[in-house]
Amino acid sequence: MLSNLLNKKLLSSKIATALALSTSILLSPALQADEANSTGLAVTDKTVKVGILHSVTGTMAISETGSVQAEKLAIDQINEMGGVLGRKIEYIQEDGASDWPTFAEKSKKLLVSDKVAAVFGCWTSASRKAVLPVFEQYNGMLYYPTFYEGLEESPNVIYTGQEATQQILEGIDWASKTKGAKKFFLLGSDYIWPRTSNKIARKHIDKLGLKVVGEEYYPLGHTQFNSVINKIKLKKPDVVFISVVGGSNVAFYKQLKAAGIDMSKEKPLFLTISVTEDEILGIGGENIEGIYASMKYFQSLPNDNNKAFVEAFKAKYGKDIVIGDVTQAAYLGPWLWKAAVEKAGSFDIDKVREASPGIELTTAPEGYVRVHKNHHLWSKTRIGVAEPDGQYKVVYESKELIEPDPFPKGYQ
Amino acid sequence: MFADYTAAELTSIFAMQGFAGLTLFSVFVLMALGLAIIFGQMGVINMAHGEFMILGAYTTYLTSTLFSEYIPSLFSMYFFLAMILAFLVTFALGALVEWAMIRHLYKRPLDTLLATWGLSLILQQLYRTVFGAREVGVTLPDWVMGSYPLTDTIEIPINGIFVMAITIMISVGVYLMMFKSRWGCQVRAVVQNREMAGAVGINTEKVDRITFALGCGIAGVAGSAFTMIGSTGPTSGQLYIVDTFLVVVFGGAQSLLGTIASAFTISQAQSTMEFFLSGSMAKVLTLLFVVGILMIRPQGLFALKIRVK
Repeated sequence: MLSNLLNKKLLSSKIATALALSTSILLSPALQADEANSTGLAVTDKTVKVGILHSVTGTMAISETGSVQAEKLAIDQINEMGGVLGRKIEYIQEDGASDWPTFAEKSKKLLVSDKVAAVFGCWTSASRKAVLPVFEQYNGMLYYPTFYEGLEESPNVIYTGQEATQQILEGIDWASKTKGAKKFFLLGSDYIWPRTSNKIARKHIDKLGLKVVGEEYYPLGHTQFNSVINKIKLKKPDVVFISVVGGSNVAFYKQLKAAGIDMSKEKPLFLTISVTEDEILGIGGENIEGIYASMKYFQSLPNDNNKAFVEAFKAKYGKDIVIGDVTQAAYLGPWLWKAAVEKAGSFDIDKVREASPGIELTTAPEGYVRVHKNHHLWSKTRIGVAEPDGQYKVVYESKELIEPDPFPKGYQ
Repeated sequence: MFADYTAAELTSIFAMQGFAGLTLFSVFVLMALGLAIIFGQMGVINMAHGEFMILGAYTTYLTSTLFSEYIPSLFSMYFFLAMILAFLVTFALGALVEWAMIRHLYKRPLDTLLATWGLSLILQQLYRTVFGAREVGVTLPDWVMGSYPLTDTIEIPINGIFVMAITIMISVGVYLMMFKSRWGCQVRAVVQNREMAGAVGINTEKVDRITFALGCGIAGVAGSAFTMIGSTGPTSGQLYIVDTFLVVVFGGAQSLLGTIASAFTISQAQSTMEFFLSGSMAKVLTLLFVVGILMIRPQGLFALKIRVK
């Protein structure tokens, strides 16, 4: 501490370095804490502070609640195992309130006033883009859980969800190989993620020599889908590839069912990249039975890691809770950070960043993940079919881990 | 675009598309009626309209849970009871809100905008605390979720027919109350000249309270019906509010007939354009169209001739 203070006071002076060096040698007990934390983060000998930054109020609270729960569960479990470098994790939770400037403001507060060692948070790409300059300016570390459109690679972010190509290419390959699909209809909400995703999907469909018979976007929050349902009936695609989000989802699937389309007949087949178990809660399992989803995690994954995770999650938050793809990705955040800190032997952001590529997690509920040098995760992609109880049954799993490729060549 | 299709296929698609337009029309009328009554008759801009709708939806959710828990044998019929309950609950809350808040603001109509907006935030957070941040799934009886095959290729969604029936019932009900009942006569008298109406012995406070509560009650019924076609979550009400205001303002704030005419115009325009263009483009053109008309006719499609105070 003392050397820190001296450091600050004499920062401009030329003798500062020499003095600071000599004082830290004199005060050798302080040296240990300094090694693990040479940049003045909120780390004591017993505790380390981290931030959780999600929306718990406003529109996005629907989606972000699961992520908050998962991050808290992971932190609890890490603390039970003795913490990180012998220090218990204490979290400071801030509410982004579904408002992007608020996200930026709160992230600045976490980094500058609270000096947290890592932040787990954000959900929409818009909120991530809003906090990105703050994290880069003040050199923080953000663990971002959502599957997203890619086209980003920040030294200050670890992306624990899939980027678009990981999720989409496998899904389309599966539909064309296993189901013999030839004609695709692309449908999404009108913002960056569905548009980028469909751009990638369209390029890939072209590469496979298949056909896109329609591409449609509806404003966020749109509630009337009868016209597009008629259009789907008219165009008769083999696969409807869907990236509709939020409340629109509920409207779309309810109206689809009411229009006399039996999704389990697979004529057409419905393949979504946006409906996790969380969304099915609002849609109702009986209204969405038979659709397929392409993502990296389903609550029903049969491996032992996942069984333990689901059990712990239910023990903490009640037996009726469901766990979706993003919730699992959020759960990975604290564990990946812990592994990186321990590998680096330090909480320093720069050292954690350096240590992060190559970090692997064999205990991940989704199985096994490894951090790529582009800060995304190697992960498998699964296809699940929705059952009436609101769960997905896994029908396909990619053989290998899929390499994250946030700037896919030939897809932009 | 249609070269590859047979005449029969096209006919059936157009029939279904026509029906989709009619469904959209009913949805617009249903969500706008409550607002039109409050805005048109009282000049109060109720920004919490969407939240009243969602209260109706949550009431439906609770009723469905109760029925499936305790009297599963009658589950297929719960929806009718749910709609009545939704009306009563939102009517009661409307009356309470009018008494506690709105009546103090009649002299400052623009402030009602702010006050009801605040109310909408409070209600949203209340729903979030009580029902959780996630959307709830309202289990519907099987008979409302199917479709009715009119011919081999034309399938008519039953929930669309249901919403249409409700809309017609409510519209006729409102018409009878406004133009054939004693209460309606009093409401119209208060709208035209509050002081004079008071002078001839009409209890204007009571008329105000019932009018506001009725508007909210109709919003509740709309919300209850919309559980069939949309989501039920703390902020779902926001999904409807823009369209609702659009319909009411376009129709001319003081005319219920205007509301219906404007709902018809907007729904047909939107549904036709959605079919031939993309969804977002249809929305853009619809909005441009409405803005254009309002520039020529700022008072909306229909305007009552009343004395300006």
